[in-house]
Amino acid sequence: MPITIHPNEILETIRMVQAENLDIRTITMGISLRNCAAESGKRVADKVYERIVSKAERLVAVGEEIQQQFGVPIINKRISVTPVSLVGGINTHKDFLLVARAMDKAAAEVGVNFIGGFSALVHKGATPEEEVLMRSIPEALAETERVCSSVNIASTKAGINMDAVAFMGKVIKDAAYMTRDRDSIGCAKLVVFCNVPEDNPFMAGAFHGVGEPDVVINVGVSGPGVVLRAVEKLPNVDFGTLAETVKKTAFKITRMGELVGRTASEKLNVPFGIVDLSLAPTPAPGDSVAQILEAFGLERCGTHGTTAALAMLNDAVKKGGSMASSYVGGLSGAFIPVSEDAGMIRSVEDGALSIDKLEAMTCVCSVGLDMIAVPGDTPVETLSAIIADEAAIGMINGKTTAVRVIPAWGKTTGDHVNFGGLLGSAPVMKLNQYGSTAFVKRGGRIPAPIQALTN
Amino acid sequence: MGKDNRIIVTVVGTDRTGIIAGVTTVLAEANANILDISQTVLQEFLTMILVVDLDNCNLDFEELKQKLTEVGDRIGVQITAQHESVFKYMHRI
Repeated sequence: MPITIHPNEILETIRMVQAENLDIRTITMGISLRNCAAESGKRVADKVYERIVSKAERLVAVGEEIQQQFGVPIINKRISVTPVSLVGGINTHKDFLLVARAMDKAAAEVGVNFIGGFSALVHKGATPEEEVLMRSIPEALAETERVCSSVNIASTKAGINMDAVAFMGKVIKDAAYMTRDRDSIGCAKLVVFCNVPEDNPFMAGAFHGVGEPDVVINVGVSGPGVVLRAVEKLPNVDFGTLAETVKKTAFKITRMGELVGRTASEKLNVPFGIVDLSLAPTPAPGDSVAQILEAFGLERCGTHGTTAALAMLNDAVKKGGSMASSYVGGLSGAFIPVSEDAGMIRSVEDGALSIDKLEAMTCVCSVGLDMIAVPGDTPVETLSAIIADEAAIGMINGKTTAVRVIPAWGKTTGDHVNFGGLLGSAPVMKLNQYGSTAFVKRGGRIPAPIQALTN
Repeated sequence: MGKDNRIIVTVVGTDRTGIIAGVTTVLAEANANILDISQTVLQEFLTMILVVDLDNCNLDFEELKQKLTEVGDRIGVQITAQHESVFKYMHRI
């Protein structure tokens, strides 16, 4: 049989993995919990535990097997489940905490570091169960180690549920308080969404949507280092050439994800869902989205031109990914979390990057305001107003947006929070000092925009 | 020959005598058949790529990788072994 691979391609692959931090960021198994409904909270929690453990018991072992076989690091193995508010039979604070603990215990049992799905979808209004779930979030996140939570409060079709927006400001603040001894880490496990995708493999916003099959394997790939290196080699080319290079690189990275996803799906005998190709940074040197933007020719990420650079990067990544796989995920593009990206942290410290610029960047990035530490004494209404702004961007532009802010208890502008590991560390950013209370207190729903009338 | 059973072994390091001998001995002892081999030396740096068929190999992939790493450490080069499918899948439509 002829050998058809060019030596340069072999060396390129090896270089991407060894020197440029190309990795499979996560294999996430989505598990439906809709057959776990029962007459008592205790019974539901037991069923949830059993179901997760029985479906995911081989997940970590298979992940490690594939890592060995292909020689590509697979950083995280994770689980997402049906939004817990939709599992029948739980309707009290105590019941929801029982389920959160069952999820945490099951995640520990199978060896995954995060489990997402302590979630509710309330963009058009909340059921009593969903209201109780939202109220249980701070305690659930403080009590458990691995459980992640998300709430969808807006969509292009439904508008923005401002009652939920107001409520989530308080939930974030409470989560910060309840984990105040750990730099308010509870908030790092909580995402507020507009237009949430149902098949997102990335925490903390992952859950198993109602349109998904019983069990599914989704893969998230990441390689800011690989793109950075490719861009750095082209300091003087025009944007067309630059975009082409990013596209080709994204193609190769996505192919790797597709191979891993399909192999995992085969080995676990579970259908394959999507590859989400996202340039998700880590605190490691060279694994930074901000540095890619700087390699485009910006002195610091956050200066004038940053939004344009990010728009081009995000689009080129999507284009490369869509050619490489027919099942590319809805979040594909560039993530811009502050605490997880060494370049972003430096830009904030140098005064190049403000919250206002970050908000502008979220119009063209993959998700939204992510892992941003703000002063601990930020009023609840200001947090809600930040959520409302971000939801409005998503609603009007038909894109997913999200907010993951950390009002770090007891800290003020210029201080640092430190979570360790992939969550990194962040300087506390300055917010606008003027209030939004009367605006947030109006409540009700901001109507769906004209873009909703597409049928 | 099952094409799923082919691996690519790459050897990168400073050139010296005995590198090929070291690597191929491990493969021969494991009864792994070398289908193709290419090497380039750029100044003093050596890069060698071997395509290896594991159909009759008497070690599993894990053990073989372990042995290659050991010999690599001994002679001072970095040895990587990966399934061929990675390279094919990544660069070809």
